[in-house]
Amino acid sequence: MTKCARIFIVACMLTCLTAGLVRAEKPGDPAAVSSEDGKYADKDGNPTYKVGSDGKVDFYSYIGFVRYSANCLQCHGPDGLGSTYAPSLVDSLKNLDYSEVMAIVAGGKKDVSESQQLVMPALGENKNVMCFIDAIYVYLRGRSTGAIGRGRPAEHEPKTDAFTKAEDSCMG
Amino acid sequence: MKRTSLSGLLMTGALLSSVLSASVLLAPGVMAQGATSSDAAGKDWSTPAGSMNSQRFSTLNQITDQNVGKLQVAWTFSTGVLRGHEGAPLVIGNVMYVHAPFPNTVFALDLDHDGKILWKYEPKQDPNVIPVMCCDTVNRGVAYGDGKIFLHQADTTLVALDAKTGKVAWTVKTDDPAKGATGTDAPLVVKDKVYVGVSGGEFGVRGWFAAYSVADGKQVWRGWSMGPDSDTLIQPGKTMNLGKPVAADSSTATWQGDQWKIGGGDTWGWKSYDPKTNLIFYGSGNPSTWNPKQRPGDNKYSMTIWARDADTGSVKWVYQMTPHDEWDYDGVNEMVLTDQEFDGKPRHLLVHFDRNGFGYTLDRDTGELLVAQKYDPAVNWASKVDMDPKSATYGRPQVLPQYSTEHNGEDTNSTNICPAALGTKDEQPSAFSPRTGLFYVPTNHVCMDYEPFRVSYTAGQPYVGATLSMYPPKGETNMGNFIAWDATKGKIVWSLPEQFSVWSGALATAGNVVFYGTLEGYLKAVDAKTGKLLYKFKTPSGIIGNVMTYEHGGHQYVAVLSGVGGWAGIGLAAGLTDPHAGLGAVGGYAALNQYTSLGGALTVFALPQN
Repeated sequence: MTKCARIFIVACMLTCLTAGLVRAEKPGDPAAVSSEDGKYADKDGNPTYKVGSDGKVDFYSYIGFVRYSANCLQCHGPDGLGSTYAPSLVDSLKNLDYSEVMAIVAGGKKDVSESQQLVMPALGENKNVMCFIDAIYVYLRGRSTGAIGRGRPAEHEPKTDAFTKAEDSCMG
Repeated sequence: MKRTSLSGLLMTGALLSSVLSASVLLAPGVMAQGATSSDAAGKDWSTPAGSMNSQRFSTLNQITDQNVGKLQVAWTFSTGVLRGHEGAPLVIGNVMYVHAPFPNTVFALDLDHDGKILWKYEPKQDPNVIPVMCCDTVNRGVAYGDGKIFLHQADTTLVALDAKTGKVAWTVKTDDPAKGATGTDAPLVVKDKVYVGVSGGEFGVRGWFAAYSVADGKQVWRGWSMGPDSDTLIQPGKTMNLGKPVAADSSTATWQGDQWKIGGGDTWGWKSYDPKTNLIFYGSGNPSTWNPKQRPGDNKYSMTIWARDADTGSVKWVYQMTPHDEWDYDGVNEMVLTDQEFDGKPRHLLVHFDRNGFGYTLDRDTGELLVAQKYDPAVNWASKVDMDPKSATYGRPQVLPQYSTEHNGEDTNSTNICPAALGTKDEQPSAFSPRTGLFYVPTNHVCMDYEPFRVSYTAGQPYVGATLSMYPPKGETNMGNFIAWDATKGKIVWSLPEQFSVWSGALATAGNVVFYGTLEGYLKAVDAKTGKLLYKFKTPSGIIGNVMTYEHGGHQYVAVLSGVGGWAGIGLAAGLTDPHAGLGAVGGYAALNQYTSLGGALTVFALPQN
């Protein structure tokens, strides 16, 4: 093997490895490093879930389950697992970061071809979604890493005054 | 009729068949004249249900309980569409008309030349209509009349196609998809009019039912599900409700303020017609939102059986089955019109298997309530329907507080409610055989948790307001049953457990055979008297279409569309979980995606022909 070829292989390995790492790291480390009024954030400041050793989830993950099941389940299926005509979000969120998820939810997404017509609506004007979008994201993030299982979380942290206040002002 | 073991089932079956063999000879409840060609399907299958009375019964009798076991696939046809395929093709003479979900393709196939494509219609529709279709982009089929094929497209365009050429004769816009209104229903043609309804209950779309002229598409009348009498076409003092005349503006009186304007009550189900009285029958769906706390009152006339004069739309009678809905039990399922004996007297009946789990039998001329009984023993949200005409709650379900999401309130999860929101039966239509006097009903056997909460309305955006989880009834694993029902007594006669919800419309024939499809993709044929399985064949995809039959070239054919999807494709694709079971049981129920995959195909069956 020539030196040149060896360098190429090493370079490729590095690139591939980096690409792989980048993909694996897309949503970043979900570990909660800070919290404010029951809402947890990761090291990048993005919303994340917190699951206690007893299985108790943070309040946002819980409310995320509730609001997901009302607004997203019709297409994306129970527990984010997908349906016959919309992708599994448990899978999708492994490769999307917080800002990408927000952009898709607010602006919608189209994948229309001869063989299939997948269309997600723009939900940016929908208060029932947008007032709870961080909670929905946190819940699905937990589903995508496997930290949150199927079905309604059995136990959750209490609702905070800050949440109620934010909900009231957002919903109008 | 709840079974816990196979031996229990066999015993029940044996017992029932012995009871049945005696009773079928007499066929109680069936009047002597039997079916005539005008009220049953024959060589053609020219309306969505085979006949105007929606019996889904065919007088064809080449295929019988004796020879159906030899059935073979005669030919197949791919629609080229992957979404859920509801409804059934039509056959008129030598041509079959096959429809598909969005983009709502229609094919005319030449039965004289191996199904050669005579013409194909594919409308150009804005794909933005796709996400405002709740629960997949289904379409339940086309109607025929005046030499035209009628299709209600997803984007609420009602189009008339020349049946010979497929050329567009006229189009008319029936509603506005930007508000969340969509077309999914199969139209019905009666005389010189074509009747359609609208979908959009999850978007706050106010429902309506309308008649258009088959000649030119002009609207003849439109009756709204809610609003002032001038909108609903209710005639105060004349329109009847459970034996009493209806008062003025009886709809708006049951809503807070002008909530009725976004109140739902959509009309996406099947339609029936009785030439004797010139009445057209259909049901209205759930009130919007799913959060009952947000819309105080009975929310009339959501969840209602309607009888309208076919020429004017004027309302003869109404019956609201689920006042102030708290569970999404749409009232749109088919209205089957039969002439049977009830209490020893011949009656003109209307039989309806509601999402709410009750099988209703009414006098269709007057709207008198005769029977309301549970057609799945798992139904628990109400103890019974009050049948006492003197009672203040006459005709109303007696709701158990523990299953009342109104009583338990917002942000409270009401658990173990049976049936689930998709109902003991959804749109998949039942069949009736005048020979056995029995109804054949495809059912769901699924319960739910339901948590309502506050929502805000934005036009064209989902307006749901509740979270729900679905799972089979406690201690059971089958999510569906195919049952035979005596509508004059309100009793299950036999019941066949199915692993998944039975989401396919049934067909009954004069050959003593009943057909239905399953979500795994099986077409099944059973003995109409006993329910004994006589034949099954696995089609390319799960079946949510309706089985039909026709005769061509002297041979009887049976056809069904497969192509899994719809509501069935949402909840079941990944399998259901029981939130109340231990951790080990989670995921323990079968996932449909282990059995079938997407793809629209028509499979046509016949007996060996040499």
